[in-house]
Amino acid sequence: MAIGTHLCDLDDLDAEGIAAVLYTAESMAEILARPIPRVPALRGRTVMLLFYEASTRTRHSFELACKALGADSVSLAAATSAVAKGESLVDTVRTARALGADAVVLRHPASGAARLAAAQGLLPVINAGDGTHAHPTQALLDLFTVRRHRGGPAGLRLTIVGDILHSRVARSSAQAFARMGADVVLCGPATVLPPEAGAALGVRVCHDLNAALRGADVVMALRIQKERMDGGLLPSAAEYRAGWGLDAERLAAACPGALLLHPGPVNRGVEVTPDLLDRPESAVDDQVKAGVAVRMAVLYMLLEGGAAE
Amino acid sequence: MALVEKAVIMDEEAVGRALRRMSHEIVERLGGTGGLWLVGIRRRGVPLAQRLAREINAFEGLLPPTGELDITLYRDDLTTKHDRPQVGRTQMPGDPRGKTIVLVDDVLYTGRTVRAALDALVDLGRPAQIQLAVLIDRGHRELPIRADYVGKNVPTSRREVIEVRLLEIDRRDEVVIMEQA
Repeated sequence: MAIGTHLCDLDDLDAEGIAAVLYTAESMAEILARPIPRVPALRGRTVMLLFYEASTRTRHSFELACKALGADSVSLAAATSAVAKGESLVDTVRTARALGADAVVLRHPASGAARLAAAQGLLPVINAGDGTHAHPTQALLDLFTVRRHRGGPAGLRLTIVGDILHSRVARSSAQAFARMGADVVLCGPATVLPPEAGAALGVRVCHDLNAALRGADVVMALRIQKERMDGGLLPSAAEYRAGWGLDAERLAAACPGALLLHPGPVNRGVEVTPDLLDRPESAVDDQVKAGVAVRMAVLYMLLEGGAAE
Repeated sequence: MALVEKAVIMDEEAVGRALRRMSHEIVERLGGTGGLWLVGIRRRGVPLAQRLAREINAFEGLLPPTGELDITLYRDDLTTKHDRPQVGRTQMPGDPRGKTIVLVDDVLYTGRTVRAALDALVDLGRPAQIQLAVLIDRGHRELPIRADYVGKNVPTSRREVIEVRLLEIDRRDEVVIMEQA
């Protein structure tokens, strides 16, 4: 199985499928490096980008991915659409199909929204982030970025730091990296990192930042969301920074030259100090670039049923 | 659709001689190796391009640069030819501007693969000239495309399939005609 009809979460991809996406993404990255970064593979196809939540990276990289493959993309921003009048998700997908869309890329605040949309059997659905559940293309681009820098990820140690409980990025990446043979450790304040989290994903949990960073080849910092602090789960940005923020001194506990990842947008001075983003170990910009190539691969494989040789 | 091998139309020696002769033709017609690149169309065009380059090196003392071109994303028959079209690597020796590119493929049939290759090349840059070298020309062109250098012309019927096997991929050199059983 390379890839099925939908990509809702990492359950839709086994290790072979993940490898196929990464391999195809390599060819896509080569296309993006050309003077004319365009191929006609998905010419005549239309992809509807349904974003019920704000996004810079994900939405634009899907848009660019569509354009690079010659597909048309149509963006629906919920706030200015009929969704504001109360149109349901299912009806919105139905409308997309009637308008000629061949696939839907969906970002939605409710966990499970992508699976719901996919279950209607109307159009192929790619999950661009649903609630706190999953963000599969983010996990794939994280894998792609790490592989390009360090190989693997089998045999590598990945430590994810932050609000694990509310992070769809943490869920998907932990699953993806573990499936591809990496050793994954989740780390964060106990209020947002329940001990069961590890068992559920098949990875380790550690509440001690220093211990969690020791031996890490890759460190992923997650964005701290203001809502969590308003909700009493985290004390304040300053206290998070004091206890869990990454800086050069703390990162020294990790392996020398450990790669730094962040899904973005970065709260400078909270989860990471700004200087870390300028060091050569920061792969944050590469993650963004990887996002276009990986999303091209996913779109191509979903719509053409293709996989890399 | 089961295929039955009908005949071996070229054995290892014949393939070798054809490539040797083609490499001489290329240098003769181009008046040398200046600006020459041999770009193989994936998949079997790639080792053929490399062999032609080595042959040219043997008598000219110059190894022309070779490239690999994947045309999967340019084909117009993606869903009809294969169930799962596969994407491979494209690697060119640099900027094609001003170069004389000889595209290399194993079999020339409808011409659609070459059409896709031309589109891909033009997207990569502006070569001064593009020519085509194929090991087998089996006729039945659906587009106005012709080869400049041909290893062997093999008239075929549409029911037949020509299979080129190469040492680098199939562990032996030969060309066979197959037919639907």
